[in-house]
Amino acid sequence: MTLSDIQLDGRGNLKHFLTIEGLSRELLTEILDQTEGFLGVAEQAVKKVPLCRGKIVANLFFETSTRTRTTFELAAKRLSADVLNLNIDTSATAKGETLLDTLRNLEAMHVDMFVVRHAVSGAAHFIAEHANPHISIINAGDGRHSHPTQGMLDMFTIRRHKGDFTDLCVAVVGDILHSRVARSQLLALNTLGAGEVRVIAPRTLIPTHMETLGVRVFHDLREGVRDADVIVMLRLQRERMRGAMLPSEHEYFQLFGLTEERLSTAKPDAIVMHPGPINRGVEMASQVADGRRSVILEQVSNGIAVRMAVMSMCIGTQNLHAQEETRG
Amino acid sequence: MKRGTKISICNGRLVDPANGIDAECDLHIADGRIAAVGSAPAGFRADRTLDARGLVVCPGLVDLCARLREPGFEHKATIAGETAAAAAAGITTLCCPPDTQPVIDTPAVAQLVAQTAERHGQARVVPAGALTQGLGGEQISEMAALKHAGCPVMSHADRPIKNTLVQRRAMEYATTYGLTVFLRPEDKHLRDGGCVHEGRVATRLGLPGIPEAAETVALARDLALAEQTGAGIHFRCLSTGRATRMLAEAIQRGIRASADVSAHQLFLTEDDIGAFDSNCHVIPPLRTSEDRTALRAALARGDLAAVCSDHRPHEQDAKLAPFPATAPGISALETLLPLVLRLVAEQVLDLATAIARITVGPARILQLPVGQLDPGRVADVCVFDPDACWTPSASTLVSAGLNTPFLGQELKGQVAWTLLAGRVVFQRETT
Repeated sequence: MTLSDIQLDGRGNLKHFLTIEGLSRELLTEILDQTEGFLGVAEQAVKKVPLCRGKIVANLFFETSTRTRTTFELAAKRLSADVLNLNIDTSATAKGETLLDTLRNLEAMHVDMFVVRHAVSGAAHFIAEHANPHISIINAGDGRHSHPTQGMLDMFTIRRHKGDFTDLCVAVVGDILHSRVARSQLLALNTLGAGEVRVIAPRTLIPTHMETLGVRVFHDLREGVRDADVIVMLRLQRERMRGAMLPSEHEYFQLFGLTEERLSTAKPDAIVMHPGPINRGVEMASQVADGRRSVILEQVSNGIAVRMAVMSMCIGTQNLHAQEETRG
Repeated sequence: MKRGTKISICNGRLVDPANGIDAECDLHIADGRIAAVGSAPAGFRADRTLDARGLVVCPGLVDLCARLREPGFEHKATIAGETAAAAAAGITTLCCPPDTQPVIDTPAVAQLVAQTAERHGQARVVPAGALTQGLGGEQISEMAALKHAGCPVMSHADRPIKNTLVQRRAMEYATTYGLTVFLRPEDKHLRDGGCVHEGRVATRLGLPGIPEAAETVALARDLALAEQTGAGIHFRCLSTGRATRMLAEAIQRGIRASADVSAHQLFLTEDDIGAFDSNCHVIPPLRTSEDRTALRAALARGDLAAVCSDHRPHEQDAKLAPFPATAPGISALETLLPLVLRLVAEQVLDLATAIARITVGPARILQLPVGQLDPGRVADVCVFDPDACWTPSASTLVSAGLNTPFLGQELKGQVAWTLLAGRVVFQRETT
């Protein structure tokens, strides 16, 4: 079984959204196209469409998050769904409840969709495998593995600014090793046919066999961003200092922090992205974060529209199956 | 059946690598021992004759590493249940590592394990004594007493000894009593919480990786200590090609080292993890196809002297979690023989060598007089049909553990009879 088998139904409709891996360029493009449609909802006087009315979406966050959870919540509400927010962190598991027990309890509440974030790679996939088949799972980040809605909102932001992917040079800078965002971005970029994908980091933050993900590896920021159209900065987690991955934030910023000066080797119209939250003065200088090339806040707004697109597509697949069951 | 029963196993192909026999040849058993090979002794009258036409007759299998989960983890499996599975798998002697609860670091626990097995009478269980007390890696255990209580070897199970000085002392002390030390080479720091091979699949799935060096660094350290102390050392479950080359070189230099490999490492690779298949969560992790090729070559050369099951039965819940949160290990007793036979089909080994790696090879490492069939030896015998196909499933497996990636896959090679000290402890119901 491939990773993707479980997220599509027999006809290739999106049932769960767990990873970019195995999804076709057509499907990714459809997600981007649908997102265009949802972008306008935020500008309406009544910021709601009735696509998921009567559905219950549970935000199942085993790992804390503000931004992702909030945008998922807003996305679900704009689709007229009812939303449950559950911050489970370690309390339930500390009492000995297994992930499967937690899942069964929530299923009993007739939830239609789980939005899952978990610290362990493969968690969303595991839940999709074991949940009631009528429930859709959206992966909101599992360990180091995947964060597909973030990946797609980044693709959407790039497409809005650059149009076609074919001739683009995209550089992803920072902690690739631990980043589920990077993995999703790299897969999406390659599926969408980006001209060149680069990763830039010291060797301690680049996993082995990186080239198998279809990227060129750089260890020098200036070299890596040369002639790039898009520069994606990743968040550097503080705990990486403790694991002997890096000597200090100071040295990291000295070598891999994005400044106006270093940005000058990129294309003149290059855009700068960051999944947030930013460590100013660690990953990038404030001038860059707030500068004219930064599209960081736009990413956040786009995030809501992308999540609406994905959620409505999955609920749409559910509805289709339900109709067929009643007819059949 | 009484101990005094006389049995003849007739018309089978007798494969006894230790004695260089591979021929159609009868085997006669009396008083729990081999009475004769070939023609029956004068006046021998069998109480029972087993017709082994079309079957292979070989020494009972010897497994260097099988966790029976008792004492301490009876919710996973029990000695009674797993020794019954061993009998069904043709395994007559198995060595269980000391990481039970309590740990096998006192004669009482060692005797409890061996005697419980003896009471059920399905297979001979030899406990490996803990090298340090509580497997804590600090204070060496009472090895002389453990040896006296029936532990043929000392082991540190899966827990690397961090303090190199303790490791040295433990090896020296064990050597005083002629005890081989079993170690699974792993550098805890380099493992760093990893759960799969640090390679393509780890990178793709974002799973924490275990580098090759986690094995080779520890192996190099332990080889250096073996050379320094003159201790006999046995490495369990090697997983990397580089480790096999280091081992071969060390053996050539005269270091008293040996090693085994688990059967699944000879077939599965990191790619089998597929979509987070927790049945492929094993430690050491499944490596690359190059590693697999090197392990097979080392097995053929004899640098790897044994194939073990590395049997780790689990309850269902242990595998029902996201991949890194699942318990590692495969329930493997009953797939040991079919997998080793698959090596013959794939022309990695000839049948005699394959059988040697699961009989006399491991028996010599344990310094036990089993694994061969010359007259006078204890009559531990496995009779199997090399062509019979079967599929591991909840209904065909005897073990309490159903955690195997080979579940649902057709395997070739099925045990017909198992004899333990001249007693039929397993016979397949013919349907």
